[in-house]
Amino acid sequence: MAPENKLDKKKMVVVEGSYAVAHAAKVCRPNVISAYPITPQTHIVEDLSQFMADGEIPNCEYINVESEFSALSALVGASAAGARCYSATTSQGLELMHEVLFNISGMRLPVVMTIANRAVSAPISIWNDHQDAISQRDTGWLQLYAENTQEISDMTAQAYKISEDKDILMPSMVCMDGFILSHVYEPVVLLEQDLTDEFLPAFEPDFVLDPKNPMSFGAFADPNYYTEFRYLQEQAMQKSLKKIEDVANEFYDVYGRYYGGLIDEYRTDDAEVIIMAMGSIIGTIKDVIDKLRDRNVKVGLLKVRSFRPFPAEAIRNALKDAKVVVVLDKNISLGLNEGALFTETKSSLYNTKLDVPIVGYMIGHGGRDIKVDLIEKIVDEAQEVMKTGIKIESQFTDLKEELI
Amino acid sequence: MKILPGGVCEAGTTRVNKTGGWRTFKPVYDYEKCIKCKLCELLCPDSSINPRDDGFFEFDYDFCKGCGICANECPKDAITMVLEEK
Ligand code: SF4
Ligand code: SF4
Repeated sequence: MAPENKLDKKKMVVVEGSYAVAHAAKVCRPNVISAYPITPQTHIVEDLSQFMADGEIPNCEYINVESEFSALSALVGASAAGARCYSATTSQGLELMHEVLFNISGMRLPVVMTIANRAVSAPISIWNDHQDAISQRDTGWLQLYAENTQEISDMTAQAYKISEDKDILMPSMVCMDGFILSHVYEPVVLLEQDLTDEFLPAFEPDFVLDPKNPMSFGAFADPNYYTEFRYLQEQAMQKSLKKIEDVANEFYDVYGRYYGGLIDEYRTDDAEVIIMAMGSIIGTIKDVIDKLRDRNVKVGLLKVRSFRPFPAEAIRNALKDAKVVVVLDKNISLGLNEGALFTETKSSLYNTKLDVPIVGYMIGHGGRDIKVDLIEKIVDEAQEVMKTGIKIESQFTDLKEELI
Repeated sequence: MKILPGGVCEAGTTRVNKTGGWRTFKPVYDYEKCIKCKLCELLCPDSSINPRDDGFFEFDYDFCKGCGICANECPKDAITMVLEEK
């Protein structure tokens, strides 16, 4: 049973999501921040610049750069020199970082970066979906997805604790839906400095770039060595599965707030239909579930907090009594006609005795609103699958036929 | 080379990781023409050109990958790339 959240109403303030994230990054005491402004991440770096200008982030250097590629490249050196590093980006900016993302994870640098998720070009769109981060899924970064402003704020501190663990040392992307969370004002309990200091001690790496004690970071590795580096990276990712759970609990002990570990479940106890999703859509789905439960529809929700590492075992356990599983994806792997969460979930169930029909929907691309009606319609269709046993695979829905 | 926790290695891995195994052409040096300008030593991306006490140079074929930069940049054409005999 998940612990109850203790949100102290007296401490609540109404702030923009971006401010909550910038504030969270600030109280994590970064030593180096390097980021390039890009919509809808801009407000985060604006707020951080303001904090810097006001002298509110001591012992920190803010590096101005001319692109996202440089932003992350600057952090390669800074992190290897032992600095706690922060960046934020989105969409094309994240794609421009692609090469450096591999370097950071390959050099095992625990950088934390907020992604204000946005669609990728072309056609150009500044609105939210998950294509940007999902396209970077194989770069060796942890990918955590937040449901609301409170969670994204708290997840930032959690990400540092996970990434900097000596057994892990892998970087994290902390993902929030662009505009939907970044530009919305919500009541939030901001991370407190004293509690955060207690929860997140200073970053003290065992190995740093130091002329007195030289080390090779990102060494040349011929075919005799390369595989072992990859193996160790994957091992660290597998270890982070437990670490994410542990850190969620440690966070609860200090702050009294809990959002699930790798996954979270909502009204799944006797659920026949289980909906799976990531990000801010979770809130809408919970409302739909409450409404449908009043009509005795047995539907529940499996919220995926960690997409990388992929919590296959936790998902298998959560789905074992479902009659049909619905996966909602705000992304597509072109050429497969599937969203990534759908693909990964299917592959997690293969080779187990669990033969539950699983239906994928690709929705909300390029920021299209996902309305309550649409989710209700999807649940209706899922119940139809349950009755007829006819398996639908993955599909687009909510298409404007008149445009195509 | 030993991989330490966190994927770093002890320093000096460039001395262990030999890059001379995939060469097709190798540079050959003509002492007569060389004016000891050091350009080749400076530009070799693999530090495979080592100075000698007499001011001339020699190639470390364990590391020279045969890219030909040294031959291309030598102002006196003192370096020639020749097909490697296996
Ligand atoms: S061929 Fe290339 S690697 Fe070899 S010595 Fe010349 S510059 Fe160096
Ligand atoms: S570049 Fe040519 S001339 Fe200059 S030191 Fe090297 S071999 Fe000699």
